[in-house]
Amino acid sequence: MASVEIDQLTNALARLPGLGPRSARRAVLHLLKKREGTLVPLLRALETVDAKLATCSICGNVDTSDPCGVCTDVKRDARSLCVVEEVSDLWALDRSRLFPGRFHVLGGRLSALDGVRPEDLGIDTLIGRVAGGEVDEVVLAMNATLEGQTTAHYLSERLESFPVRITQLAHGLPVGGELDYLDEGTLAQALRARRPVA
Amino acid sequence: MQLRTRALVCAIRPHGEHGAIARLMTPENGLVAGYVLGGRSRRIRPVLLAGNIVEAEFRARTEEQLAGLTVELVTSRSGLYAEPLAASAIEWSCALTAAVLPESHSYPQLYAALDGVLAAIEAAPSARRWASALVRYELLLLTELGFGLDLTQCAVTGSEADLQWVSPKSGAAVSASAGEEYRDRLLALPAFLVGGGEAEDWDDIFDGFRLTGHFLARNLLDERRNDVMAARERLVERLGRAA
Repeated sequence: MASVEIDQLTNALARLPGLGPRSARRAVLHLLKKREGTLVPLLRALETVDAKLATCSICGNVDTSDPCGVCTDVKRDARSLCVVEEVSDLWALDRSRLFPGRFHVLGGRLSALDGVRPEDLGIDTLIGRVAGGEVDEVVLAMNATLEGQTTAHYLSERLESFPVRITQLAHGLPVGGELDYLDEGTLAQALRARRPVA
Repeated sequence: MQLRTRALVCAIRPHGEHGAIARLMTPENGLVAGYVLGGRSRRIRPVLLAGNIVEAEFRARTEEQLAGLTVELVTSRSGLYAEPLAASAIEWSCALTAAVLPESHSYPQLYAALDGVLAAIEAAPSARRWASALVRYELLLLTELGFGLDLTQCAVTGSEADLQWVSPKSGAAVSASAGEEYRDRLLALPAFLVGGGEAEDWDDIFDGFRLTGHFLARNLLDERRNDVMAARERLVERLGRAA
């Protein structure tokens, strides 16, 4: 039997993705048992993030500073720009540190049924960045869904008048994938993107 | 309800963390929605893509309940997403179907027509072939939902010959001679929508799109016009560049 305050904490945690009521209860119990080691640092971290949280006015990333850490990182190649749908995509690509350039978050994808139009996305700011003349290559890293691909086609059309190289992430065989288990759409993409063996 | 059928994937919406609600166009039951457990998993994601043909099984205790849905891929059309025109056409035809059709009403002709349009997009080497099929699909959709155009005879003279215009108010055909005086206010009626067959040129196809677009926006997509029609505008714009 928990107090109203603890119940409120449990309910708040249960609303987070990946957590249900049971796992939220377990997390709360852990926080209460290890108050100094987990609850207090978590509280401080939440307060700090809440106080400093900002959306980057350049790329649309979410960070504790504006411009964000990615945009202010001088080691990054400012001439390469990777366009992603969501902040989670930026974080996924940046986690691997494979892309040395900068990013641009659209904030969604074009969708007829969800009523998302070009003006609802960060496309004008992207055009502005490219028009600034500091970008040589734009990598369209959209999801391999119908909405993602139609967004990529739309962007490539909008960007074609600028003197930049427009590229797109490859689609096809996943690492460790077996041909026998792949759907024909993925196989078709893989065949289309085949390349000569050196 | 238990229904096992071949179906066309029209719309997918994430539900919860791992599941998805898919709306499929079926031959006998029209548009049917179902919850796919694990619909956002790596295994199911490539199956639940708009335009794909799947073998679907819907199970629900009552007719009103959202059915549980399992799907197996029959034909994937995701390979076409790399083509701007084909991707736009699949997006528009599937979004239109999902946006305007009521669920669980049988539209066997619409299923056949949508299947034909998607097959034409997949098979046709040029957009001109499937573009006229898409105009016809939109016209059929209007008819099936009670907003059909009367393209059989002239609304003024009763003549069945030389029909060249359509009234934007009544949706009735008007012959060339009767409509000449009002041509600025009438919509052009392309010959392939009256006599059948292929469209003669791109002008005919764009006249067809203007005609169906007017009535779709006015009668079926009035409230959500800007949202859904934006996909159509992008498609027509792309076709204009390809023509």
